[in-house]
Amino acid sequence: MAGHSADYGKPLPLMRGYTKEFYDFCRNRELRFQRCTRCGAWRHTPRPMCGDCQSLEWKWEKVAGRGKVYTWTVTFQPLYPQFKQDVPYAGVIVELEEGPRMVSWVTGIDPMQLKADMPVEVWFDDVTPEVTIPKFRPLKF
Amino acid sequence: MAGSLKDQSCIVGIGESKYSRGTPYSDLELGLQASMAAIDDAGLKPRDIDAIVIPGGFGTTAGDYAACFGIEDLRFTASLEEMGGAMTVSAVETAAMALVAGVANYVLIPFVARWYSGMKAREGTANEASRIPAAMAVRDFYMPYGMGAPPQYYSWMCQRHMLEFGTTHEHLGTIAVTMRRHAQLHPNAVMRDRPMTLDDYMNSRWVTYPYHLLDCCLETDGAAAVVVTTPERACDLRQRPVYVAGIASGHPYPAHEIPNRRDMFTIGLTHAAPRAFAMAGATPHDLDFAEIYDCFTFQTLQQIEEMGLCKRGEGGPFVMGGRIELGGEMPINTHGGLLSQAHVCAMNHIVEAVCQLRHQADLRQVKDAELGAVCAWGGHGHGSIAVLRR
Ligand SMILES: [Zn+2]
Repeated sequence: MAGHSADYGKPLPLMRGYTKEFYDFCRNRELRFQRCTRCGAWRHTPRPMCGDCQSLEWKWEKVAGRGKVYTWTVTFQPLYPQFKQDVPYAGVIVELEEGPRMVSWVTGIDPMQLKADMPVEVWFDDVTPEVTIPKFRPLKF
Repeated sequence: MAGSLKDQSCIVGIGESKYSRGTPYSDLELGLQASMAAIDDAGLKPRDIDAIVIPGGFGTTAGDYAACFGIEDLRFTASLEEMGGAMTVSAVETAAMALVAGVANYVLIPFVARWYSGMKAREGTANEASRIPAAMAVRDFYMPYGMGAPPQYYSWMCQRHMLEFGTTHEHLGTIAVTMRRHAQLHPNAVMRDRPMTLDDYMNSRWVTYPYHLLDCCLETDGAAAVVVTTPERACDLRQRPVYVAGIASGHPYPAHEIPNRRDMFTIGLTHAAPRAFAMAGATPHDLDFAEIYDCFTFQTLQQIEEMGLCKRGEGGPFVMGGRIELGGEMPINTHGGLLSQAHVCAMNHIVEAVCQLRHQADLRQVKDAELGAVCAWGGHGHGSIAVLRR
């Protein structure tokens, strides 16, 4: 549910440049990553040039939003006061089917029950009117 | 050999402040204490210093030291911020280059760390003003999920290693307990009087699974410094010189983005270690000891593998059976390391390696130590390594 930015109280991305473009797609329920239009390589986090072929040509290409758990950590100590209500929470690296990996949360599961290669799918959390954070949940068959 | 730094520079002075949790001294006062101790140890005067390499971080600059030391003609300065915590060993590499190039004669490397009473590492990682290189990725793509602290993103690597190779908490705990035992033998170790057992380790609270509290390094205040010069000049000084036989730096790829690396284990040290050993004409198995940047237990294990002491995936079994203890086959962190002596970004590891190679390490002395290595780790996996010889 979208609240006011001031109520949310957790760190937000700085909405400018590539970062704003990435999160603006999320607000429209699309998970997109940079993909080189010359050699097809995906990249994340964003940068202006393809590290594989040095092309400056790229586009924001949509992924299906399905992936699997690559690795994770379960944070018990509130290292950041803004997340005191959330511990224990897992910071998960999700590997998308298309290849790129990203940091996220897998919600709807006890974080100590996470397993390697667990299939997950994206959902979009409108944390403020301006910012939507992509999160994942276990994929049901 | 043209272009090589092999045996072209020597560490001739070492100094440390008292290491503590909390200090009445300013950053510069701590840095001056360590620097004066190192300069005096070498048998030099402050005005003999003609170059200052500031590894980076915290509040001191080369100009501050030069003003205090009356150095009116400072010839060379440099800083290694991009290396993160590996900046210390990389600073020795920079000093060696300046000496070989004839740019300077006596290089001071002072390093101050105020992890206890200053800003915590986790408070700076997402802040571009902190000058921590990966700050953009952390701020925009990790911190919205509360993932910005070193134990968090380093434990991603640890968990992946556990999955792929079966590394256990007993392996990691053995590293923590060994560092603590070594610290008991060092008069300037913060945890000197705090013995620890494997049970203590296993029962310590989770900070961020798979890391317990006792997988994590200390947050302390203090400073350490070294003086580096050429072999010709070193012979005239007070202490037996310790030669920089091989030295190199390296970076992970991409440097600021752990999740999208091809694997989680290839780090700067993976690239740097073969360069440093080739330069030294030695192999990891020739070492008498290693001082390894032990910011967390697994990162110690990971560097044991990536520097070549064992194969990737075999670090767990390697640390067992007393192998890494004093008296074992490959003693590691004979001073207690960042885990149990103090966190001075491995400047304390360099100091300890020099102590060992001078045979001045008292109760901690590795018998007949001739060759040792210092590995440093920084940022999201930058690495540097110095192979030092007596
Ligand atoms: Zn390309």
